[in-house]
Amino acid sequence: MIELQHVTKLYPASSRPALEDVSTEIDKGEFVFLIGSSGSGKSTFLRLLLKEDDPTKGNVIVNGKTLNTMSKWQVPKLRRTIGCVFQDFRLLRNRTVAQNVAFALEVINKPQRTIKRVVPEVLEMVGLEGKANRLPSELSGGEQQRVAIARAFVNRPLVLLADEPTGNLDPETSEGIMLLLERINRTGTTVVMATHDYHIVDSMRRRVIELNGGVLTRDQSRGVYGVGR
Amino acid sequence: MRVNFVLSEVATGLRRNLTMTVAMILTTAISLGLMGTGLLIAGMISDMKEIYYDKVQVSIFLADDVTDEQRAAIDQQLSGSPEVANHIYESKDEAYARFQQQFSQQPELVQNTPPDALPESFRVELVNPERYSVIAAEFPNGQNGVDQVRDEGDFLDRLFSLLNGARNATIAVAVVQALAALLLISNTIQLAAFNRRNETNIMRLVGASRWYTQLPFILEAALAGLIGALLAIGGLVVTKILFVDKTLAGPIRAGIIPPVDWGAIAFISPVIAAAGVGLAAVAAYVTLRLYVRI
Ligand SMILES: Nc1ncnc2c1ncn2[C@@H]1O[C@H](COP(=O)(O)OP(=O)(O)O)[C@@H](O)[C@H]1O
Ligand SMILES: [Mg+2]
Repeated sequence: MIELQHVTKLYPASSRPALEDVSTEIDKGEFVFLIGSSGSGKSTFLRLLLKEDDPTKGNVIVNGKTLNTMSKWQVPKLRRTIGCVFQDFRLLRNRTVAQNVAFALEVINKPQRTIKRVVPEVLEMVGLEGKANRLPSELSGGEQQRVAIARAFVNRPLVLLADEPTGNLDPETSEGIMLLLERINRTGTTVVMATHDYHIVDSMRRRVIELNGGVLTRDQSRGVYGVGR
Repeated sequence: MRVNFVLSEVATGLRRNLTMTVAMILTTAISLGLMGTGLLIAGMISDMKEIYYDKVQVSIFLADDVTDEQRAAIDQQLSGSPEVANHIYESKDEAYARFQQQFSQQPELVQNTPPDALPESFRVELVNPERYSVIAAEFPNGQNGVDQVRDEGDFLDRLFSLLNGARNATIAVAVVQALAALLLISNTIQLAAFNRRNETNIMRLVGASRWYTQLPFILEAALAGLIGALLAIGGLVVTKILFVDKTLAGPIRAGIIPPVDWGAIAFISPVIAAAGVGLAAVAAYVTLRLYVRI
């Protein structure tokens, strides 16, 4: 499903690589935590999976496609199979909840009929059924993140990438978001979540991949945040 | 492609950078207007060449004391000359009538010119306009009733080099303006892309095609180009009505200057529109390629 083969990423004008010789494999339907302190390379890892950036060395394979050799015009097709969620939600402020979710489908040319049907469905799934016509500014942080998750999931991606999705949320709200991501994972969607929230990692007991200064230092199924914790 | 979506994005984009949009439209309009003017002048020059070069190349002005015999002899000599394609005689009265018509805008000049002040003449069309000197040699100045032989072609050459200069200057300014317009378009598109960066970022992440993401910007530029072109065409129409048809009415009626007819404007309008839309769209596309991550 997702494979990194000896991936090194060196940003231009930077002496230390953001990722160094990282190899790993993530199967379909897995739930993986990508942990490590700030600057350890988690976001870079996720960006490479999206082909937002190319590795300096090594291969990245997503959904059976080798990204290195993929041509530019094929990238949109790849991204339609990947959903992403970020710490800062990235909602459009002048659009309502429903419009934000619909936007993701409109711009990939989904028929209006389909949009009318699936947007309420996914809003119900994330627990925002009564709030379809609110603007993001009229929602709490947790609710905004639910909108972002709804938008990422509405096109039923094979993979959901979440870059510190609970980074701006309090622990209770974060728990709700984690339940939602688990639920999405149960539909068969692979979930890769970057975080440094050890409460969450410890309580979920899922596979943990740890990066340390760009180097993969740990890959453990049913892991916890700190070794020996 | 969702037409409504794209159009509403275009409208929002244009409204959001109103000042830039207005500047972009005006610069485009001026550039295209000058380009149109240049094209019209070029058309006019070729019309004038037809009017002038084809008719009169040499004028033989007769002396005041020319006799009927001398006049007939000249006429006969011209008829017999293999160099002459055509010639017509213009009497003092005809010369005066033409003068009156040519300078109908300056009545004082006409009033102050006595009807017999203008010489009678033969207007000669040569088989080969270059062979002026042959004719000049056949009719020496001041002899046999000939006052002066004048090479109108020489005068016309100078006139046309002036007109060509005017055309070239107009087109040069049009090109400079076009450069300014292109830079403004590029700037406006960069600004528009910056204003819409949240939307385009999300579009990129959810896998909208490049084309879908770029189209609103390209259409935005193309629409501004079209509006600029329409303004330019409007400017040409107004110039024709208010300047060419009014101020130049006399010389046009006298056949000195060819009229700018609606056909010419109708002919260059689509050229102007296509240039406006095409250049703006290409400028936008190149800008997006170079400066904007989509
Ligand atoms: N666009 C970039 N250009 C240059 N260096 C970058 C860029 N993005 C990240 N980095 C560097 O790469 C390293 C890893 O960053 P990142 O992947 O964002 O880590 P994390 O998400 O774990 O905090 C950091 O040292 C960061 O400064
Ligand atoms: Mg990060």
